[in-house]
This record gives sequence, C-alpha cells and structure tokens, in this order.
Amino acid sequence: MTIFNLFRKQRSAPTARERLQVLLAHERSSSGSDLVSLLREEILAVIAKHVQVDSDKVQVKMDRDENVTILEIDVEIPLDAVSQAA
Amino acid sequence: MGKVIVVTSGKGGVGKTTSTAALGAALAQRNERVVVVDFDVGLRNLDLVMGAERRVVYDLINVIQGEAKLSQALIRDKRLETLFLLPASQTRDKDNLTPEGVERVITELKRVFDWVICDSPAGIESGATLAMRHADMAVVVTNPEVSSVRDSDRIIGLLDSKTMKAERGERMEKHLLLTRYDANRAERGDMLKVEDVLEILSIPLIGIIPESMDVLRASNIGAPVTLADARSAPAMAYFDAARRLAGEVLPITIPGEKRGIFGKIFARRAA
Repeated sequence: MTIFNLFRKQRSAPTARERLQVLLAHERSSSGSDLVSLLREEILAVIAKHVQVDSDKVQVKMDRDENVTILEIDVEIPLDAVSQAA
Repeated sequence: MGKVIVVTSGKGGVGKTTSTAALGAALAQRNERVVVVDFDVGLRNLDLVMGAERRVVYDLINVIQGEAKLSQALIRDKRLETLFLLPASQTRDKDNLTPEGVERVITELKRVFDWVICDSPAGIESGATLAMRHADMAVVVTNPEVSSVRDSDRIIGLLDSKTMKAERGERMEKHLLLTRYDANRAERGDMLKVEDVLEILSIPLIGIIPESMDVLRASNIGAPVTLADARSAPAMAYFDAARRLAGEVLPITIPGEKRGIFGKIFARRAA
C-alpha cells in the first residue's frame, strides 16, 4: 500500500514551501508599502533631475533577513540617456 | 527587573496558550518567579489550561480599571509556589484594555517577577498589539503549515514596527517555537520541514514541540504539559525551550527522529 502511495501521491511540502516563498516575498514588499512607495517616488525624482527614466523602470523592494532588512533598488537607465547626461 | 516575553502567532489554534502555560511552568520549575498573563479579553483560556478556572476572582481589566489591586488578581499555582496567573476578563469589552493601563500593570509585574509571559490573542488587533507592546522578547508559535507560517511572517513584521522596543530603534529579540511537528511526515515530504520554516521566517529557533497526545491530555486535566507529564516528549521539548529562553545554549534536537523499529510500531499504535 505504502509503495503504491509513493508512486501515486506527489510530495506536497515542496509545493507549500515554494508557494510561501513567492507569496511572502510579495507581501513583505507591500506591507511596508508606505515607506517603499515614498522612497520610490523620491528616488525617481532625484534620478529624473539628471537622466530621463521610465517610472516603471525603477524598482524598490524590501526584504528581510535574520539580522537586517535589505532595501533593494533597481534602476534601469536607457543607454542614450547616459550619453546625453555625459 | 524581570523579562517580558510575548507568546504570539497571528493565527489562532497553533498553541500559544499551551506554550505560555508550559514555558511558564518550566521556568517556575527552575525556581524562578513567573507570572503568565492572559491578554485574550472575552475569550480567556489560560486559566482553564492552567487548571485555575474556578479560582478567578479579579482579572486584568479589574486591575487596569482600578477595581482591584494587582495582588488581589494574581492567582498562585497550587503545584508551583513561584508560578502565578493573571487572568483576562471573560465578560468585559476588550476596549477596557488601555495602553496606559497595560503599561502600568507590566511595569509593576516586572518589579516582582523574573519572567512576565504574555499570552497574546490571535489576530493583529489591539489585544495582540498590546500584548507585544512592552515585550523584551517574542516567542513566535508556528505550525509547519502554510497559513500559520504566513501569519507568523505578518506578526514578525508587527514585532519589528509596533513594539516599544522597535519604536526606540532597538532590535526585538524573536524566537521561533515550532509546534505540532511530526518528523515522520516531514521526512516523507508531506509536511514543511524545520529548515523550510526557518529559511522562510529567518528568525532563530527556540524549540520544536512534537505533535503529541500528551498535550491534549494535559489540557484535559488542567495542567501545563511540563507538570502533567514531565517525561513526555512535548514536556521535554518545552523544558529545553525554557532553558534556551533563560540564555542556555543547547543543541536543538528534532523530537521523534531516528526512531527505531519499536518506536515505529508504537507510533503507529498511538496514531
């Protein structure tokens, strides 16, 4: 019986783990949403002073570690914008 | 000055009250002065799990509202001299639990006891945030199950933002207590493993309590599991967790693992 079960049933724990990791990555970045969106706007404003960037090319994320909270800022700047600024 | 611990989880039914009673008794069994405080106004249960339900006269709300002195509301455990209970009110509205009142009571308790253990209500409403407000340390009770892990993550966020410690810019010490763990199911891949939960929540582990009949048996007779059957697997896991809370460094063991052939036969019979 157990041998048949082994073939029939998929292990569910890895699925649980994966679903949680995806969900919590999203929830953590939106739970501090006030701060994150404020930072995003101000960072965007600073960059816009010097180079032109699309607002959706600026990503601000917050993630938590055992000891620190990491603020991840990802800005995609188009090539021609850099040459113009220089 | 005593240490204030909040036992919290977000989700209900994961073992906050059981763990509060067991850890409180385990610390008192080491001759430390302990008070367990029920913050679940309207749905109190710590009195029942501790076997003191018929001895409640005054409660936390009475003390906060000035209708009783703290010493009148405290109930001394019949088995352990150094263990006390401060029950929650069953009939009053939870709005009577004021931030100022809670602060006053906690400050007073800290002066008298080595440990003040606050049993938080489920949820993230005022009762839960007030229970964690003055904590020095948090025990986050989690089951190896998706909804419990998610809610614990939410609670960890609150511990890092809504507590006095967080507001002072200090770091809240948080510990994971994994309850209702079944090593065999985790091994078969049907339950999140200890390391999965640890990786997701990334807070240090203070203990793993195995799923066990002994927990229900203890609550049936109204005794913390560490008193009901001190040699049972969950009791031993709680004793270890209490020692870690007190600062001892112990290797973490996963209860129920490396079971021999006899253990397997008995496990099947027990299940």
